Amino acid sequence: MSTPLLYALTGAVLWGIGLMGLIGLRHLLRKLLALNLIGSATFLILVGLAQHHNGPDPVPQALVLTGIVVSIAATALGVVLIRRYFHLTGRTELESEVPEAGRDEEGHSG
Amino acid sequence: MMQQALIPVFALLCSMLAAAIIFTLPEERQRLRTVINLLAALIKVALVGVMTWGVLNERDYGLSYEILPGVSFVLQADALAMMFAGLSAVLWLLTTIYAVGYLEGSPNRSRFFGFFSLCVASTMGIALAGNLFTFFLFYEMLTLSTYPLVVHRGTDKALRAGRNYIMYTLSGGAALLLGIIWLQGLVGDISFQETGQLKDVDENLHLPLMLVFGLLVAGLGVKAALFPLHGWLPQAMVAPAPVSALLHAVAVVKAGAFGIVRVVYDLYGIEFATLLGVLEPLGWLAAFTIVYGSVRALSQSDLKRRLAYSTVSQVSYIVLGAAVFGPVGTVGGLVHLLHQGIMKITLFFCAGNYAETLGIHKVQELNGAGRRMPLTSAAFTLAAFGMIGAPPLAGFVTKWTLGSGALNVGMEWVVAVLLISSMLNAAYFLPVIHRLWFLSEYEWSYQRRWGRLETHSWLLWPPLVTASLTLLAGLFAVLPFSPLSWAELIAAREYLP
Amino acid sequence: MSNWLMAGLLFTPLALATVSLLLGFRQGRALSWLGMLLQLLVSVGLWWLVRHEGGFYYTLAGWDAPLGIELRVDGLVVTFLLLTTLVASGCGIHAGFYLEPDRPWQRYFWPLYWFLWAGLNTVWMGGDLFNLYVGLELITLSAVGLVALGGQAEALRAALRYLLAALLGSLAYLLGVALVYGQFGTLSLADVAGQVRVSEHALLMRPALVLMLVGLALKTALFPLHGWLPPAHGIAKSPVSALLSALVVKASFYIAARVWLEAGVAVASQWMAQLLGVLGAVAIIWGSWLALCQPRLKQVVAYSSVAQIGYLFLLFPLTFGVEASVSLHAQQGITLQVISHALAKAAMFLAAGNLILAVGSNRVEALAGVSHFLPFSLFSFGLAGVSLMGLPPSGGFAAKWMLLQASMASGQWWWIMVLAGGGLLSAAYVFRIYKASFLERDEQDHFYHPDRRLEVAAMLLALASLGVGVSGSQVLSVMAMPFEEVQ
Repeated sequence: MSTPLLYALTGAVLWGIGLMGLIGLRHLLRKLLALNLIGSATFLILVGLAQHHNGPDPVPQALVLTGIVVSIAATALGVVLIRRYFHLTGRTELESEVPEAGRDEEGHSG
Repeated sequence: MMQQALIPVFALLCSMLAAAIIFTLPEERQRLRTVINLLAALIKVALVGVMTWGVLNERDYGLSYEILPGVSFVLQADALAMMFAGLSAVLWLLTTIYAVGYLEGSPNRSRFFGFFSLCVASTMGIALAGNLFTFFLFYEMLTLSTYPLVVHRGTDKALRAGRNYIMYTLSGGAALLLGIIWLQGLVGDISFQETGQLKDVDENLHLPLMLVFGLLVAGLGVKAALFPLHGWLPQAMVAPAPVSALLHAVAVVKAGAFGIVRVVYDLYGIEFATLLGVLEPLGWLAAFTIVYGSVRALSQSDLKRRLAYSTVSQVSYIVLGAAVFGPVGTVGGLVHLLHQGIMKITLFFCAGNYAETLGIHKVQELNGAGRRMPLTSAAFTLAAFGMIGAPPLAGFVTKWTLGSGALNVGMEWVVAVLLISSMLNAAYFLPVIHRLWFLSEYEWSYQRRWGRLETHSWLLWPPLVTASLTLLAGLFAVLPFSPLSWAELIAAREYLP
Repeated sequence: MSNWLMAGLLFTPLALATVSLLLGFRQGRALSWLGMLLQLLVSVGLWWLVRHEGGFYYTLAGWDAPLGIELRVDGLVVTFLLLTTLVASGCGIHAGFYLEPDRPWQRYFWPLYWFLWAGLNTVWMGGDLFNLYVGLELITLSAVGLVALGGQAEALRAALRYLLAALLGSLAYLLGVALVYGQFGTLSLADVAGQVRVSEHALLMRPALVLMLVGLALKTALFPLHGWLPPAHGIAKSPVSALLSALVVKASFYIAARVWLEAGVAVASQWMAQLLGVLGAVAIIWGSWLALCQPRLKQVVAYSSVAQIGYLFLLFPLTFGVEASVSLHAQQGITLQVISHALAKAAMFLAAGNLILAVGSNRVEALAGVSHFLPFSLFSFGLAGVSLMGLPPSGGFAAKWMLLQASMASGQWWWIMVLAGGGLLSAAYVFRIYKASFLERDEQDHFYHPDRRLEVAAMLLALASLGVGVSGSQVLSVMAMPFEEVQ
């Protein structure tokens, strides 16, 4: 087994761990971190799977760079939302039960 | 040539345009709204008149353009189309006049007249549709545009009736759509044509075509109020009187009956349909509906509900006529399309007049109303006798031709059905007439006076006109352009080799 | 000519997004009017160009794939570009008068709006799988931002849920892309399509396809992955909901459809196609049923989106293992469904927003009597409803007709039942709204009357959705415009 393929397999394992984390964990920051883990795993697979006879393929490297930028943006947005949510409700998790009251009015006046 | 393609389009557009203008008019522009309504109705009558004349002289009016890959939007005017178009154009004019008087001073009139015009535009489209796809287009448009009319009053009862109406008609529409799609899959996009289009199909398509026929009739039967799909109709009686008149005399039930006629004659062709053996069950169903509707009408104490069940029964004459093979039977069915229209609309106009003037809704409250409202009651009496089939009125012409048509082809049971139905008609109409003229006056809690006449003049003239049409259609049945001779023209064209 | 048009299409939204970040709501709005006009001109220009000279590939700044960005412009793309212009402008105009300019956070609306638009244009034209991913993420992030705009806890909760689901979806898609690249060493969809057909043992292609489809289905809110959609679309401001339901979910579906039609059909199996169809069918029935049960107006509309999205997934069974003519019918039907649902749903959300503004409550039963005093908005709602029910004469009907034909011709009669039943169920929830609004309570006008311009925006979109129905052939003929292989 070649080293790059090992990267890819590691990536697959990380994907699984991340997915479990995303579904299993309740704290929003942890969910976000789990998504980051999935992202990194994807990048690893992207780089690892693409093999040439003459060394690493440059294209995935460039793609991953773009991917990282996208993932930073997404994480930043997630963090901002979580922080604001925490300030408003004092909660760190999405509870499934939503109180009925106060949902009738649209956000227009808010 | 160009003009000839445009006339059907104009006939459609004039009421759509009227609807568009009326929707945007503010509520209080009553005079302008009335002018537009009447103008559009008059233009439409004129256009239909021109087309009728043209069709008589074998001119072609029609256009067709591809609306989706494989299906076309087709408008064409043939003799049968002109029969329905003429009926709806003339009765629209009268109903508009009536409705203006009826709704004076009530709220939401812009909405009412807007949808009213849309409804008539759809009826015109149904009449002029040249293939099933186009027919379906307008058929569903009719469903949608009549809903706001049925629920116009906005009461709980009206809304419930509206929900029922929509449930029935949309389910019917779904069945119709499936039938159309299936037919299209079997034989492609075919247009209506006199003497039918399917007679040369492959032998092994016969079974699917029978099933398709079943689906089409089930879909159309909802609007035509064939038993057991009639349940929406008596409930829809909560609508204002002009709407009931329109729904039951012209637009909705006739659209269903007209569709069945179209399918039998111009799609399958009467000979092919007989060959398939689908007409006999249809005939039995129609016969049963005729008797069933009349029996139910007997026990209704609400005047409009009684009329509604009477409609259930009477519309099936048309279907029965379609199901009887042979030109005379065809004439009987077709002529009833017009006759039932003018008679039933008279009855509904009168019922509306009683309700508006004396607050009468129940049959027993009609006692002595003849003396208070002699003209209305005369019109009612005339139309009721017509329904029963007394000579020389329009209904007699129908029953006579239908009966002799059935005898010609050896379907004696049809005559029995006609006799039973006439007796039942008499049984539920004669007591009403008796109450009107011969019993002492009921203590009406509510009375309204309008000037010298017994009721508002806009409410009075329409029933008088339609009642005299009932008489004229019977008396002068042999003259050209009478319903009977027009129906004979159609029948002659349908049975051409 | 094409250089200018492409630049206009891609860079004006980005430039406007950046510039409007620096401006307040009102200046941003003024600038955005200009931007919408420009987008309209550019997309009409592009349509004209494709019509006369055929479709083309375009490489951004002359850099060739795989490092450069390659864009594909053909009839279908032009159709969607025009649709986007129409719907986004409608929603933008509505938003311009609907949102209150004085709230501090409103100034973020325009930047997000334009980023969203840029993302949409990228996706429609994107020719390689990775760029599609980037476009998709651009859309996701700005859409999440738009949902959260307003800042209440409820909106934030919906936005967070949406964010997590959408990111997971994108990453699943990206993983699929990684597998494709590992297999073929190319990202261009056209190249992949070519290679799939000739290669014997494309082992990774099938898992890649599954991953991409699952990820995109999550982003498109296919049953049972739809849980995030109703809260997000229900809580957002009406013009935002309109944008999300009309365009955003279509972007991920568009990618799924392109991947499927160009490369997927060759490696997929019958059960995959049927499974996707069945999930779509369940979405139609279940979504409509839930829409019928919702007490709040916007939730009704949002669940209706879940149902309408279900129709889109009938594409998969109706294009797999059938004759070319059937597949073409199905594709045309789905395209019409995308277009007419976009127009109708946008109109419906905008009209619902107007109604809510007028009655001051989101509850369905609060609508009693509104038909009296706000007939215009209700009428728009009704027209849009006609299209959703699939009744003539509307785009929804045209779409349904094509799909019915395709199901009939391919012998997959079970979809016919779904199409008919779905139509009746959607009629049930639309008529529930009519029923509520036709109820007469009292004769008093106690409603707030919204700005006329708000009502016009909804009305125009609703009329457009009817227009699609009577001009189906013309709309589809744009799609079928010739494509010249320039390379």
